[in-house]
Amino acid sequence: MTDLTRLTASELAAKIHKREITSVEATQAHLDRIAEVDGAVNAFLHVDTEGALAAARKVDGDLAEGREPVSPIAGVPLALKDVLTTKGVPTTCGSKTLENWLPPYDATVTRRLREAGVVILGKTNMDEFAMGSSTENSAYGPTRNPWDRERIPGGSGGGSSASLAAFEAPLAIGTDTGGSIRQPAAVTGTVGVKPTYGGVSRYGLVAFSSSLDQAGPCARSVLDAALLHEVIAGHDPMDSTSIDAPVPPVVTAARAGLKGDLTGVKVGVVAEFSGEGYQPGVQRSFEAAVAQLKDLGAEVVEVSCPNFTYALPAYYLIAPSECSSNLARFDAMRYGLRVADDGTHSAEEVMSLTREAGFGAEVKRRIMLGTYALSSGYYDAYYGSAQKVRTLITRDFTAAFEKVDVLVSPTTPTTAFKIGERVDDPLAMYLADLCTIPANLAGNAAMSVPSGLSDEDGLPVGLQIMAPALADDRLYRVGAAYEVARGPLLDRIPELKGVSA
Amino acid sequence: MSNISRDEVAHLAKLARLAVTEKELDVFAGQLDQILDAVAKVGEVAADDIPPTSHAVPLTNVFRADEIRPSLSQEQALSGAPAAEEGRFRVPRILGEEQ
Repeated sequence: MTDLTRLTASELAAKIHKREITSVEATQAHLDRIAEVDGAVNAFLHVDTEGALAAARKVDGDLAEGREPVSPIAGVPLALKDVLTTKGVPTTCGSKTLENWLPPYDATVTRRLREAGVVILGKTNMDEFAMGSSTENSAYGPTRNPWDRERIPGGSGGGSSASLAAFEAPLAIGTDTGGSIRQPAAVTGTVGVKPTYGGVSRYGLVAFSSSLDQAGPCARSVLDAALLHEVIAGHDPMDSTSIDAPVPPVVTAARAGLKGDLTGVKVGVVAEFSGEGYQPGVQRSFEAAVAQLKDLGAEVVEVSCPNFTYALPAYYLIAPSECSSNLARFDAMRYGLRVADDGTHSAEEVMSLTREAGFGAEVKRRIMLGTYALSSGYYDAYYGSAQKVRTLITRDFTAAFEKVDVLVSPTTPTTAFKIGERVDDPLAMYLADLCTIPANLAGNAAMSVPSGLSDEDGLPVGLQIMAPALADDRLYRVGAAYEVARGPLLDRIPELKGVSA
Repeated sequence: MSNISRDEVAHLAKLARLAVTEKELDVFAGQLDQILDAVAKVGEVAADDIPPTSHAVPLTNVFRADEIRPSLSQEQALSGAPAAEEGRFRVPRILGEEQ
C-alpha cells in the first residue's frame, strides 16, 4: 500500500495541482489498493481501469500545459454508486435485472464529475435498487465493513462507505432515500451528506422513490464532502424537481467550521431519538458529542419533534408506493433482463417471469406492499395517512428551526450489526433508518459525521446533524467544528492484513 | 386478525407482474402482514384536517421552449434491448391463444 491512498481528497488535489504527483499516480495507487483488498471487502461491482486512467491522463495533460485545474478536486479518484448511469459503463443497481446493461447516457452527477476532472474508479455495490440498510440485498453478494468484515457496511450505499473506509477511494457518491448515505457513513466512520431535496439533479439516478431520492457526497472528511458537494450540486433543467437557486456556500462553511468555534450556533437535541432501542454505547457517544458541541461554544437545548416517531411507518408506505410505480419500467421489453421468450409465452407472461427472476426478495416485498397501499379501498388508510404524517413531520421541523439552527441525534440506533442477523426480518432491518428518515420526508439537509467508537464493541458511531432546506452550509460548519474537536477516527481502523484478490 | 391473506398476496403479485412461487407466497404473506401491522400506526395521527404532502418541495410546472434537441439515436435506443429486429423492439406476442 502506498501513502497516497491515506490522503484526503483536498490533500491529494493540492499535490496534483502543484504537480508534486500526477493524477495517474494517485489513480493507480487506488486501483492497486482495490486489487489488493476488494476481494475481501466487495465494495466495487465494476472497476473501470481504462476509463479512470484516461480521465487522470487528461487532468495531468491539462496541468502540464499550464492550464488551471478545472475544479478544486480535479484529478482526484472517486467511487460512484451503481445507481447513477455511466455511458458505456455497466450500471446494475445491484440487480440481476440490469446485469450487463450499458447505459446510453451519463447521469447529470456523472457528467458534472467528468467535467470537474474527477476520476471515476468504478461503480460501488448497493442493496438492489437502493432498497435496504445493509447491502445484503445486492444480487452480487454483500459488501463487508472494513472495521469488522463479519459486519454490514450499512446500506443501501454500503459499497461507497466501505470503499472510503478501506482506503480504496478518497471520495464517493451515494444516494439517500431514507438514510442510504448517512447510515452507511455512521457505521463505517466516514462522512455522508444528504443535500436538500432538489439540490443535486436526479437525472440518470435510477428511480426508487422519486419524491425522496437524493444523491450526495461521501468522504473521509467534512471539507472533502463539501468540495464534492459543490461539484455535483446545482440547477439542472433535466430534472423538473431541481432547485433553481444558488448552491449553499458549503466549502466556505466547512472552512469556517474547521476553526473550531460554534459560538452563536443554537443546537437542538431531538428528544424523541433516545431511550428504548438505542444501544447504550451509541447513547453515551451521543451524550459526549453534545457535551463537545457545548465546549465548542454552541448553545444546546432539547427540542421535541413528537411526530418523528411516525416517520418510519410513513416512509415504509410512501417509498414502497413510489417504488411499485417506478419499477414498473422493468418490463423486459426495451432493456434489461428478459427470460422465457421462447415463443410459448405471451408478453405478459414473459414480463412476470422476468420480474420474478430479476428481482430479489426485498424488491418484491416493497413492490407488493406499495401495490397494496395504493389500491382502492386501502389508499386512504395507508398511503393517504402517510402523506398526512409527512405534513406533520415537516411542521415539526419548521417549529424546531424557529428555535434552533440545527438539530442533532444519533445517526443510527446501533452500531453495525452482523451480516445475516436481520436479513430475514424486514422490520428489524427497517429500524436502522429510524433517525434518518424524517429529513427525507421533509426534504431538508442532513449529515452524518464520525462520532468516535462505541465503548462496548469498538465500532464507529455517527452523529447526525439536520438543517433546514437550502441551509446545507450549516451542516458543514457544525460538522467540521465537531470533526476537529473529536479528532481523526479512521486512523484507528484495523489494517486489512493478509487479504488479496 | 391478519391484515392480508395469502390469496390477497397472490392477487397483488399478479397485479405487480411477479410470477412468485408458492413458497414465496407463504413467506411474503406473513411478512407483509407484520409490516402492515407496523405501518398502520400512521392512522393514529392522520386527522381529517391535515393536508397531505406528496412532495417536500412545492412544485410548479416547468416550461421550456419546444425545440428539437439532440437525443439518442435509434441504434443507441435499441442498444440495451433484449431483442430487436429491423430497427425496432421485438416483443413476445401480446394476445393469448384463445384471444
